[in-house]
Amino acid sequence: MLRKLLEHLKPTTPGTFPGGMYPPEHKITATSPISQCPLPPVLILPLKQHIGETCTPLVDVGDSVLLGQKIAKSQGYVSASIHASSSGKVVKIEEHPIPHPSGMGRPCIFIEPDGKDTPDESLEPMPDYRNTEPSTIRERIRICGIVGLGGAVFPSFIKMVRDQRNPIDTVILNGIECEPYLTNDHRLMLEKSEEILRGMDIIMHAVNAKHGIIAIEDNKLDAVEGIRKALTEMHGIDTCNIEVRVLPTRYPQGSEKQLIYALTGREIPAGRLPLHIGLLCQNVGTANAVHNAVCLGRSLTERIITVSGDAVPQPGNVCARIGTPVPFLFARHGLHDMDDVHVIHGGPMMGERLSKLDVPVVKSTNGLLAMKRDTFYSEQAVEEPCIRCGHCVEVCPSGLVPNELAWHCRNDQFDRGQEYDLFDCIECGCCSYVCPSHIPLVHYFRYAKGQVAKIEKEQEFARISKIRSGARDNRLAREQAERAARRSRAKQQHKAASADKAETAGKSETKPAAKETQNTNENNEEEST
Amino acid sequence: MGILAAILSLGGVALAAGIVLAIASRVFHVEGDPMVGKIDAILPQTQCGQCGYPGCKPYAEAVTRGEADVNHCVPGGERAMLAIADLMGVEPKQVEEEPAPPMLAFIREDECIGCTLCIKACPVDAIIGAPKQYHTVIEDHCTGCTLCVEPCPVNCIDMVLKPEVLEEWTWSAPGTHKKIETGNKHAA
Amino acid sequence: MNNSGLISSPHAHGGDTIRANMLSVMLALAPATVVSVYLFGWMAVFLIVLCMAGCMLTEMACLKLMDRPPSALGDGSAALTGLFLALTLPAYVPWWIPLIGCITAIILSKQVYGGLGHNPFNPALAARVVLLISFPLNMTAWIIPMHAGAPLVNLYDFAQCWHLFWLGPESLHQGLDAITMASPLGHVKTEWSRGIGVLEALREYDYSYLDAFLGRESGSLGETSTLALLLGGVYLLARHTIAWHIPVSFIATVSVLALIFNQINPEHFAPPLFHLLAGGLMLGAFFMATDPVTSPVTPHGQLVFGIGCGILTWSIRSFGGYPEGVMFSILLMNCAVPLIDHYLRPRVYGK
Repeated sequence: MLRKLLEHLKPTTPGTFPGGMYPPEHKITATSPISQCPLPPVLILPLKQHIGETCTPLVDVGDSVLLGQKIAKSQGYVSASIHASSSGKVVKIEEHPIPHPSGMGRPCIFIEPDGKDTPDESLEPMPDYRNTEPSTIRERIRICGIVGLGGAVFPSFIKMVRDQRNPIDTVILNGIECEPYLTNDHRLMLEKSEEILRGMDIIMHAVNAKHGIIAIEDNKLDAVEGIRKALTEMHGIDTCNIEVRVLPTRYPQGSEKQLIYALTGREIPAGRLPLHIGLLCQNVGTANAVHNAVCLGRSLTERIITVSGDAVPQPGNVCARIGTPVPFLFARHGLHDMDDVHVIHGGPMMGERLSKLDVPVVKSTNGLLAMKRDTFYSEQAVEEPCIRCGHCVEVCPSGLVPNELAWHCRNDQFDRGQEYDLFDCIECGCCSYVCPSHIPLVHYFRYAKGQVAKIEKEQEFARISKIRSGARDNRLAREQAERAARRSRAKQQHKAASADKAETAGKSETKPAAKETQNTNENNEEEST
Repeated sequence: MGILAAILSLGGVALAAGIVLAIASRVFHVEGDPMVGKIDAILPQTQCGQCGYPGCKPYAEAVTRGEADVNHCVPGGERAMLAIADLMGVEPKQVEEEPAPPMLAFIREDECIGCTLCIKACPVDAIIGAPKQYHTVIEDHCTGCTLCVEPCPVNCIDMVLKPEVLEEWTWSAPGTHKKIETGNKHAA
Repeated sequence: MNNSGLISSPHAHGGDTIRANMLSVMLALAPATVVSVYLFGWMAVFLIVLCMAGCMLTEMACLKLMDRPPSALGDGSAALTGLFLALTLPAYVPWWIPLIGCITAIILSKQVYGGLGHNPFNPALAARVVLLISFPLNMTAWIIPMHAGAPLVNLYDFAQCWHLFWLGPESLHQGLDAITMASPLGHVKTEWSRGIGVLEALREYDYSYLDAFLGRESGSLGETSTLALLLGGVYLLARHTIAWHIPVSFIATVSVLALIFNQINPEHFAPPLFHLLAGGLMLGAFFMATDPVTSPVTPHGQLVFGIGCGILTWSIRSFGGYPEGVMFSILLMNCAVPLIDHYLRPRVYGK
């Protein structure tokens, strides 16, 4: 209570956010330095690894590619190009499973590396980015296929707009990493602090932001120290506008909305983006990728991944190329037999269990956890009735009433679900985590969201079908009318003709009548179909 | 005497209310039943005729007139049935057939003789072609109603499962969690 | 497309279970239970055992009838209902009264609504209301505890209690009146109806705040000792089984109302401390009103719920026909829970 009062006293920086909880951290790989994953025998690059449109391949089977060469180009505005993550030969382009809970596939480009890693040097490094046009920098970030590496994989250049109506004032670098097990951002902040700061400076320059905040939770004080040290030692950037903020550890603080609230006390209005309140939020990994793209001219071809979980003999953090097969990566960490494990893509709270393991590392892969099957929570859980304990309400960072919402979703009352703000759920998993009845609340919400989308799609399809069938009916009616008109015209002509030639009247009168019956038959047939 | 007064006064009130209701129903009577439009909006517009009526709107009209039951729309499934029953204010009925998975018509073009019979049969004009030319199905508009299959003289039209795409994938209801509760799903 | 075998995130769980929640409430009731045994000896033991067994057996029968797995009994809710029921009963009631209570609690106020999680009313309290209205005499005859004067029956004597429990006071050549006394709340109410003020009534009764705090007074099994109940309540709060909102707002509302009206008219309205220590307020505020199933889920709602309980409790105690109002107030507020939950939802982020 006292803390709440205190929060009200300084509303500008609450330091935390409503709801949330403290899952055990399990950050066992926090002290393992990032190792380099060797070149796998084949690289599998899905044509879509981001939010937005699928890319179209620029290469054909048999083509040779260079490391960093653009092999698929983005389609539409919200999209990000794909680059070869090593030099070699394109061996096939076909559908292959990607990291997705459904286990379904997408078209992928398969590259057989030649082992030479010959780089594509078409992109000039821009070390003097401060004197470069922001639009050029933004274009570079777009060309290099950089997406949000925290897990949302939203194309980064889109967020970096310079809009007169919504000038971006502050750039927030998200080094929260609130998911249990994951330490990839933590290690990155320790080992690449200068690159991260440089990347932040580039972003700040590109959007003309005055302030920068690097947010780190207090379970990573060594990273805080490292960043602060790097900040004092940096040359050529204006470090006094950049602030390192230490926040108390709390899940899901890494979620953009919650982080912004914790740092500024402001909420992003529903349906808007951070830029609408003058903020830009990027993950520390993204900042590193931005640095590589701008200062070194390298596209996004690799990323840091935490390989962990209770079934992994040698957990660690690894820098792996996009497209590296997941089993190859696990084998590197001592896990060869994948039969008795569940693999989670991402962290345990928001990551997805992979139903197919033969998938590649993609841009969103921040962690790969292998859990023993017999200790895996979700498989053992038995759903019991809700006892309305209200713990889900307490922990929900979005201010929902998950138990009521789940009740409506379970009963397929999706309109009621939307009244209970179904679409404000961020699927952070807090409610399911604390539920004493083991109700898979998030699963219900995902089901309901999917059903709502499906119903909307069906309704749209029905609307179009109705228009089409209405148009067809009209056309048939018109055709029939035209035919009838033609017929009556013909009849009149015939009458006129028969009046002229009265002697042939007896013969010709039967003919059109027969024609008429034939015509009506045809019309009836058409109508009844 | 007291009881008589009570009966008379209550009866009077009831009579008055009844007269008011009767007048109101005349005065505010809505011409042209908007119910048809509402029901038609619920129906999936496949125009498949599986309900026994020549299209979605005729079925909606039949339901409104009370000639047809609410549970005849096969592609609409349980959801459409419940929505119609709710609109009509009648008891929901068991849907006779489970809706089949979404299908598409597919014309084996090398066998097509270009007779245009399927084009005439398609209720949503989703087949294109011309006499003596191959016909083909516009997949985006095909409702999977199967009405084109029968008229084809060379049987070159197949109904195929609509291909599953990742973008349209959605989570199904939780299943692995064995439910202890066995409450009626629609009791609420 | 069949993806029913898929498991959604999160793939971790905090380990909380219904069973753990029920067990922690039972543990929190342990001090009050011990005090009840100390005060009422074997009578308390018999009642508690009978109620818990009765509720569990009834629950088992219901589960069997409804074809539900009997493992649901393991969630501990039926046992807890039994314990609650026992603790709200007077130390001596004929054995069939608690049995009727058990059946009412489990069948009429829980299973007919769909079982655990679906009941609108707290089962133990609903059962107690049924008993109070059906058997008012027995339900308001408070047996004299072992420490108030010289009891005519030795409650620590197994044989005597056994007879009393199964055969009634007549078996011991006693009338019910001989071994019972009024509870402080009851006494105050009766005296007020005779035109005697609160202060005078308490003086007659030889009322002591310390005795009431420690529990050396007559009353239902579990409601006497404020200290024991506070200990349990604090444990529940610390373990985060219950939120602070309901007990705090409930008790605060009663105190504030009592304070204001006691200042206005001390002859009619009892002082706040008397309200806090008397009757089932502590038991109700910490254990009954916080029953998760029948209380609101949102923090705001819980505050409103607690305040409502407080106003009703104080009103019934001060103006009502019954001396004690905790039970009625909680049940009345139970009715309002769906409404409270509907209107007092938390503010959604960004809306």
